[in-house]
Amino acid sequence: MTAAAMASDKSAPTRKVQYGSMSRDRAWALRWSYFFLVIFAAFFLLPPIYMFITSLKTSAEISAATNPWWVYNPTLSNYAELLTKPEYLTFFKNSVIVSVFVVTITMLISIPAAFALSRMRFWGSATLATGVFLTYLVPDTLLFIPMFKMFAVFHEITGIQLLNRWWVLLVVYPTLTVPFCTWIMIGYFASIPKELDEAAIIDGASWFQTLTRIFVPVALPGIIAATIFAFTVSWAQFLYPLAFTTSVDQLVLPVGIITTLIRGDVFAWGQIMTGALLGALPPLIIYAFLMDYYIAGLTAGATKG
Amino acid sequence: MADAVLTSSSPVRRATARPGAIRRFFQRKSTIAFLMALPLILLIFGLVIYPAFYAIYLSMLRKSMTSIAWMRNCSWLPDAICTRIPFGNMQFLFTRETFWMVVYQSCLFAITAVIFKAIFGFIIAHFVHNIPAKGQRKWRGMLLIPWVIPPAMSTLAWLWLFDPSYSAFNYILSGMGFGRIPWTGDASWARFSVILVNIWVGAPFFMIMYLAALKSVPDQLYEAAEIDGANWWQRIWYVTLPMMRNIIAITALFSTIVTFANFDIVRVLTAGGPLDQTHLFATWAFRLGIEGGDIPLGASVSLFMVPILAVAAVFILRDINQRGNEA
Repeated sequence: MTAAAMASDKSAPTRKVQYGSMSRDRAWALRWSYFFLVIFAAFFLLPPIYMFITSLKTSAEISAATNPWWVYNPTLSNYAELLTKPEYLTFFKNSVIVSVFVVTITMLISIPAAFALSRMRFWGSATLATGVFLTYLVPDTLLFIPMFKMFAVFHEITGIQLLNRWWVLLVVYPTLTVPFCTWIMIGYFASIPKELDEAAIIDGASWFQTLTRIFVPVALPGIIAATIFAFTVSWAQFLYPLAFTTSVDQLVLPVGIITTLIRGDVFAWGQIMTGALLGALPPLIIYAFLMDYYIAGLTAGATKG
Repeated sequence: MADAVLTSSSPVRRATARPGAIRRFFQRKSTIAFLMALPLILLIFGLVIYPAFYAIYLSMLRKSMTSIAWMRNCSWLPDAICTRIPFGNMQFLFTRETFWMVVYQSCLFAITAVIFKAIFGFIIAHFVHNIPAKGQRKWRGMLLIPWVIPPAMSTLAWLWLFDPSYSAFNYILSGMGFGRIPWTGDASWARFSVILVNIWVGAPFFMIMYLAALKSVPDQLYEAAEIDGANWWQRIWYVTLPMMRNIIAITALFSTIVTFANFDIVRVLTAGGPLDQTHLFATWAFRLGIEGGDIPLGASVSLFMVPILAVAAVFILRDINQRGNEA
């Protein structure tokens, strides 16, 4: 970069630059790019790598005054211990159940709604589409206190206890996932040519058949991107479970690790890092295999399809 | 909305409610569309809009939630009016020093973090854009990892890196001859730490957005600029930035909303400490409302996020509509 700057500096008019210098500048720019990319990658990958390093250590080695960046006696005991711990397995199970159900609910709500909003106009549909986008901008931190009270009032009226039950998360998480998924599905559906559904309707398909036979297959990349988003959000959500669930058997993974493995001032760091790493693994695996869909969903959020 | 659908169809099928009329009503395109969108409408009204207004109502109550917290002793208003205004909680918050600290810290946190995320994202996107196309995918994939890991989990790793007695950073620093740094123990360092972690989590998102924008800038513009003798800085300032203006604005606004309403990072890293110095609106509202049991006060605190979120939302909406019209 600096080399390129000097070559085209005002003191040296560009006309007089020899032909060979352009490629030399490019080579230098490339070298600098790689140099800085390595530095940034080191910064970005440092915490996960350090998680992994710590997860291989015994508690004795963690509290010893040795180099924290190196594992002297690698051991898998943290993994073995954690994966046989019933409460950790409960957290994992709760997280999996909640995420799978939330993804299903989200798709069942947002795909028909996006279809209706993008293809079948009805009174107020344009306003609703804008409203969907605005609800996506309402953060969870604004809603958790009124929801907490709402669930308490609901218990008083109906006698059904919602607080401290893992399935309350199935009710709450869709508020985070549905608006965004509907929004990007509206974008994907809008990009499908009108002739396609007109042909289907003329051939006698009902609206519902048009959706399931034509739109869902054609917009499959968008649906995959939305699914990944919904899964990542529900897997990572921290505030709602922290506010609404407290018993050990009702917790999901992020809250479970933080509230049960940290007891007072005693930090079992080996196990915490192992638990956090295993908790980060499902989104990472999905990301590794479906990176392009993931990025498509990410960039589609801020664009109108 | 249901009424509107019903009334719009009634002039046509004004006659008696024959079974055929009902069936035809349910076969109408707008009815089917409305029914398909009904779950979404119920969700938005029941679990987003209703709680939002319920929060306003809650913020007017006393801690016991049986009576309304009227304002009192306002010197600038006649007492008769003053004691009829239901903002006692807000009045109470204004007299507390912690509240102003939270306002200050939230603004500092959001502004600094968004600016640095944008700068880092921009720089990294340029470097990735510079290298040959076939290597870009690999680097992009690697650099997006902080965004993929659940923030609560990655913040735990940072908490361990910042640990007061076994800090891996301090080990390196002392190896280089520097003193220990109280990463989360001292107020200014704790503020620095939460911002650093937020930048770490958020910069990859900016990088991805800017990279997508960079790819959409036509090469001819750079060639033309180069022929006209523009140096690399002028090319960025006069070609890249104007072309990316829209995406930069929208990404920054999105990030402002998310950062301003952040909870996970501060909660895990410092839990608001030391001495409430790193609390944001969200974490302080959680401390007061859920942990402290004063739901009305917690609701009042969280409502103070609304003005800034609303401003950002208005700008985003304007930008998106503009772009929709251009396309």
